[in-house]
Amino acid sequence: MTGRLARSLILWVLLLLVPFWLPMVGGYTALASRILVYALCAMGLNLLLGFTGMMSFGQAAYFGLGGYGAGLVLVHLSGSSWLAVLAGTVLGGAAAFLLGPVVMRRRGIYFAMITVAVGQIFFFVAERWDSLTGGEDGLTGFSRQPLHFGGYVLPLSDVPFYYFVLFFFALAAGVMALVLRSPLGHSFVAIRENRRRAAFLGIHVERYVWAAFAFAGLIGGLAGALNALQNNFVSPENLYWVESGNFVIIAVLGGMRSFWGPLIGSIIFIGIQDYVSSLFPNNWESLIGVLFIIVVLFFPNGILGIIRRRAGLA
Amino acid sequence: MSLLELKNVSRVFGKLTALEDVSLEMEEGELYAVIGPNGAGKTTLFNLISGFFPATSGEIRFDGVEVTRLSPERRVAAGLVRTFQITEIFPELSVFENIRIGVEAQLGCSAQPWPSRGLARRIDRRVEELLAITALSSQGGRRASVLTHGDQRVVEVTMALSLKPRLLLLDEPTAGMGRAETQHMVNLIRSLHQEQKLSILFIEHDMDVVFGIADRISVLNAGRVLATGTPKEIAANPRVQTAYLGEAA
Repeated sequence: MTGRLARSLILWVLLLLVPFWLPMVGGYTALASRILVYALCAMGLNLLLGFTGMMSFGQAAYFGLGGYGAGLVLVHLSGSSWLAVLAGTVLGGAAAFLLGPVVMRRRGIYFAMITVAVGQIFFFVAERWDSLTGGEDGLTGFSRQPLHFGGYVLPLSDVPFYYFVLFFFALAAGVMALVLRSPLGHSFVAIRENRRRAAFLGIHVERYVWAAFAFAGLIGGLAGALNALQNNFVSPENLYWVESGNFVIIAVLGGMRSFWGPLIGSIIFIGIQDYVSSLFPNNWESLIGVLFIIVVLFFPNGILGIIRRRAGLA
Repeated sequence: MSLLELKNVSRVFGKLTALEDVSLEMEEGELYAVIGPNGAGKTTLFNLISGFFPATSGEIRFDGVEVTRLSPERRVAAGLVRTFQITEIFPELSVFENIRIGVEAQLGCSAQPWPSRGLARRIDRRVEELLAITALSSQGGRRASVLTHGDQRVVEVTMALSLKPRLLLLDEPTAGMGRAETQHMVNLIRSLHQEQKLSILFIEHDMDVVFGIADRISVLNAGRVLATGTPKEIAANPRVQTAYLGEAA
């Protein structure tokens, strides 16, 4: 128990000090922001994937919607970065909530298929609706706005923006961790472990799948909004099923069965994308692919699973 | 008034009549066994009582209320709780976590995202209580999938208990068990009956188990009730001897 506490203390201290140590090992702060954004979205997805046992392949829909929500607020409504994040989060969560009843009755491969299909609808809408979304070129014409604290103005340059992202990451991670420890979280896991038995205990499985789906969408929306602020740009690619695949890869690579797995997955995925793509611009994805195959075949509990097992043996 | 009453219950699958005109009555506090050779219709009877499929005709009353067409979940809520012949637990969760899911369901708080400290304590206490009743306390932290078959069956029974049954239906509780495990299960059933004052209906293959603990027995044969009575009466019944006991000996 104390070991666990110590480990999470180390994690948070490392995250808090990123702008100080990451440049020393050859990284840069904006890279860490990106890692946290993708980790957050994959952690949201993992509520379905790893904890409820539902293979969702449409997480990018809510990531993208969160991005458009945040971007559109900054373009048309307000110069508040806070409001932009709120709008993106609500849009992602609301869309997933409303679509929940469409997907919640499906199981296995059918669930995966319908989550992809629903996600693709948003992609096509975003690509065609030029006047609102900028179509294929994506949504531009906004940039993240400085934060106002009373009279003090904080411009969101790379380092303050990292803390802005870390703030939301910590908040969302805290909420997710609490929920997973609550009866609701126990019910999610019960569905993953034995759906039939859960139903017989009186757990209305479909409603819980709906809840998990909406929750995952909410977190996806938040991550998407942060992503829009990070890039000052939203692309329809953010909604595309390939992006959903990326989130699945991140979760599986890091370890679906563990809460922090997707963070490890994101460090590896975004890290490889960043370092390798500068060396071999067209080949970084094949490296991810090979790594993914190795993990799926030999380490079903992901990289974090390997680390845990090592630590357990030592 | 009887706790459980079956009146002329039949179940037909296509051309096969699995149960024909079965009537039985069980009183509150009884330990009641249903025995019969393979294919006699014991499991069908269980599925009808627990609502897994409906009776073709006849009537099932629980505590005076007709439940013939209620869903399994509604019957559980009414206190009619069954265990499964094939162990149905949550394999990758600890024993404690397995039981906790049942307790939370029984308290109606499965959907609660932020339980108060009071509720969380109440849940934990109830789980500990149940584990103590079935002597699983020392196993609480172990993953259910690593337990022996016998202990997994005890987890299954404990999960059923977590739903606060008024009538506990045990489907071959000692199936696949060795001598020691069987004895352990028999002791558990007896203590649930005597100390927890539970009404229990069970189907069973093992004759020693049935005759050792049951208050009353019904013998099923080819989908019909052949005889009902105390263990003594059943043992002395010539029709039962030819149909079942003779064949087993």
